Amino acid sequence: MINRELVVVGGGPAGMAAAISAYENGVRDILLLERDQYLGGILNQCIHTGFGLDYFDEVLTGPEYADRFIKKIRNIPEIEVSLRSFVVDLTEDKVLTYLKPGSVETIKAGALIMATGCRERTREMIHIPGTRPAGVFSAGLAQKFINIEGLLPGKKIVIVGSGDIGLIMARRFLLEGAEVEGIVEIKSESRGLIRNMVQCVEDFNIPVYFNHKISGIYGKDRVEKVDIVRVDKEFNKVAGTETRLDCDTVLISVGLIPENELIEMAGVEIDKKTNSPVSKEVNRTSIPGIFVCGNSFKVYDLVDTVSNESIKAGCMIAEYLGYKITCNEE
Amino acid sequence: MKKKLTCIECPAGCTLTAYIEDDKVVKLEGGKCPKGESYAISEVENPRRIFTSTVRAKGLSVKMIPVRTVAPIPKALIFQMMREIKKIVVTGPVEVGTVIIKDLLDTGTDLVSTRAVQ
Amino acid sequence: MRTEIKTYDVVIIGGGVIGTSIARELSRYKIDVALLEKEIELAFGVSKSNSGIIHPGTQNLPGSLKGRLCVQGNILTRRIAKELGVEFQEVGELIVAFNKEENSRLFELKKEAETMGVPGLRIVGGDWLRENEPNLNGEAIAALYAPTAGIISPYRLVYALAENAVKNGVEIHVLTAVEGIKFLKDDKYKFDVITSRGVFRARFIINAAGLYADKIASMAGVSDLKITPRKGEEFILDKKKENLTRHLLFPLPSKTSKGILVTRTSDGNPMIGPTVQDVEDKEDLLTSDEGYKKVVSAARRLVPSINKNDIITYFAGLRPVCGDDFIVRHENNVPGFVNVVGIQSPGLTAAPAIAGMVKKILENNGLDMKKKFFFKRYQGKVTHLFSKSLYKIKKLVKRDHAYGDILCRCEMVSVKEVKDAIKRGARTMDGIKFRTRAQGGRCHGGFCTTRIMKILAEETNVPITELTKRGAGSEIVKEERGND
Repeated sequence: MINRELVVVGGGPAGMAAAISAYENGVRDILLLERDQYLGGILNQCIHTGFGLDYFDEVLTGPEYADRFIKKIRNIPEIEVSLRSFVVDLTEDKVLTYLKPGSVETIKAGALIMATGCRERTREMIHIPGTRPAGVFSAGLAQKFINIEGLLPGKKIVIVGSGDIGLIMARRFLLEGAEVEGIVEIKSESRGLIRNMVQCVEDFNIPVYFNHKISGIYGKDRVEKVDIVRVDKEFNKVAGTETRLDCDTVLISVGLIPENELIEMAGVEIDKKTNSPVSKEVNRTSIPGIFVCGNSFKVYDLVDTVSNESIKAGCMIAEYLGYKITCNEE
Repeated sequence: MKKKLTCIECPAGCTLTAYIEDDKVVKLEGGKCPKGESYAISEVENPRRIFTSTVRAKGLSVKMIPVRTVAPIPKALIFQMMREIKKIVVTGPVEVGTVIIKDLLDTGTDLVSTRAVQ
Repeated sequence: MRTEIKTYDVVIIGGGVIGTSIARELSRYKIDVALLEKEIELAFGVSKSNSGIIHPGTQNLPGSLKGRLCVQGNILTRRIAKELGVEFQEVGELIVAFNKEENSRLFELKKEAETMGVPGLRIVGGDWLRENEPNLNGEAIAALYAPTAGIISPYRLVYALAENAVKNGVEIHVLTAVEGIKFLKDDKYKFDVITSRGVFRARFIINAAGLYADKIASMAGVSDLKITPRKGEEFILDKKKENLTRHLLFPLPSKTSKGILVTRTSDGNPMIGPTVQDVEDKEDLLTSDEGYKKVVSAARRLVPSINKNDIITYFAGLRPVCGDDFIVRHENNVPGFVNVVGIQSPGLTAAPAIAGMVKKILENNGLDMKKKFFFKRYQGKVTHLFSKSLYKIKKLVKRDHAYGDILCRCEMVSVKEVKDAIKRGARTMDGIKFRTRAQGGRCHGGFCTTRIMKILAEETNVPITELTKRGAGSEIVKEERGND
């Protein structure tokens, strides 16, 4: 077993910022594990602008924002980056095992930062009845199809939920030549940022069905149509208000959940409702020396905030490892 | 004429009211910062957006290269932009900021790569 | 006169667990067998929504074919699972009573089951239940314990049976829909089976066509069978809740069903359901809000701690009901035509016993069944990382680097496993899911879908835009940018 002073799990914005910050606060032996073949995480598929205004005071796209951190990491030899590295086991003693093509490594970490991001809530979690045809995607998967793989997953789209990714994808689909039949939002207002409602939805006159929910997905092999229905204040269906929308694709954009299965395995206390670690202070968990930052700590609206909080995490971990730091000052 | 506008410059999403005569803004209310005010004027007189999309790569480590216009371009040109960039195939490595199309559709702004791709 | 039409001793119609069990059984003998399946992959009909329970035989009427074949099948399945490297877990079941009246029903059930030869039955009391099934509703006063109940993956069993049958000489033709049956005036070959992929000439036809067995039967002139699809909605819980129950939990059965159960898949996900609803349409796989509410509340009566937030997926399946009992018979009016129809629950359990019965029927009707000298009885296990210890995983990764290349994070599935699944016949995204579990976890493929598609496209040499979820019409994406 190899000893490492600090292991950072996740090479997205949170993990990169935390690793850099730990280095800047004195830590000199850092291993950064990333399961994908690139650093940058989900920012790579967020090709739209809207990043960096707070942190860099510039309007950047996701890949540009990631690139600034990637360049910085490359210039710090003390941060060893291991790509295509997938952690399969973690214990409360901070012993972790990861697989990469051709090898399995077990490491005892002095301290750990988990920056494993989040996953999307699914159709199954909100229980939409109906059939189970092809053509039901999470908004993030659709984004990956179009922006990373150059594949158009549908031509006639209905979006469930008005989260930011859903709004951004409405515009993206339109630009790629698809039709967006509507956005169905159970609440009376958008869950996404106002600017996304303006530039992604209003700019293109996409219909938004507020106070509506999707009551069924239909189609034998591929999605053919959905039923939507108005809801009252308790989100119960209002009888007689059903509308049918023809479509070949349903995008689900109903929120994100922190991914914390690894630390849960290690015995960190997790809030059953939010899937965040139970904690009084940002980035800390119930196990000393295991820190969590970014969207796996809690789902943030802006990557700029993720960077700032993850820099704090790097500082907290340096302090934990015995470096003389005061992290509480802003 | 009076027009309510939601600023998209930052996540705050402020509402501004523009008073318009002959397609020109004559008075603004609700502006909280210079960025917001210039957004409102531009939104009335010549609405613009930063355009982002992807172009096809061949023989590189990824299949699609994300791109953007350096500066905002007239909103009305967006679909025409899409048609232009669908024609493009990038075959050599690019850095963030590498120009993919110079002076896109005579807008005076360049289309650049937003990701370093080998 | 020679024709180009290929001839077979036996043509089996239907590639579910019944068809493939029969195929594997017949592959022991020196006869030519072909199995025809209309879908793109096997097990895509009734079998794919099977709950995977290997029943002990406790809930069938004495004297029924179901009852006899279920008890036999429970024993045979263990041996077949071992031979074919499919995991079978004997977990035992509890039929739970909540009051005195139900309690006395348990004794009746026990007696009935014992006359059919179900072994090891015991009535257990409240104390035993609290100790051995701690999450069971504390109001339960007693249960009938049947230790021989088990679980298996229905589709992995089908794939293993098919693979073994092919190794022993059976031909399997997918995407081959039967369109008609022509009677020949030949003493030996009595039928031409007309399909979407040509003609298969046969001495015997075995109709194991599941929901469509009535249609196939009527093509052969047997018109007194009618399949009524009986829908069941099932709900699967997160694997985190693997230890929710130790046994399979049943309420007392009603006349038409075993009730809403709390069971577990062979992968360790608790499963609750099914509902029971007769439907008209053989493709009606709609799930409903009503079913959801009904199942959750009934399952909570057995295990109150079940939380609806733990449900990670749900689906509906159709049971091919044809009267009260199984129909396994040679049609004397249509010599050579064997019906295996109405195989609903406990069909998965009974499948190997049904296969044995079909073999005898063929023999009794003049098919010469000589055993092959070399029958490849055993088959290696399919490797799944999720079931291996870290030590074993290390060895595997060393042996083949692609085991270290994880593509499905929720269920820990490697590139190697996906490629193996494709080698063994997976052609669709669902086929890969059923075989490997990739896309079957809590993110539902949000992260791994694109990677799997690229591998599937590459390995099968199919354009990515033509890849499907489960066959033609269910294409995943519509267009590819700049693909010229």
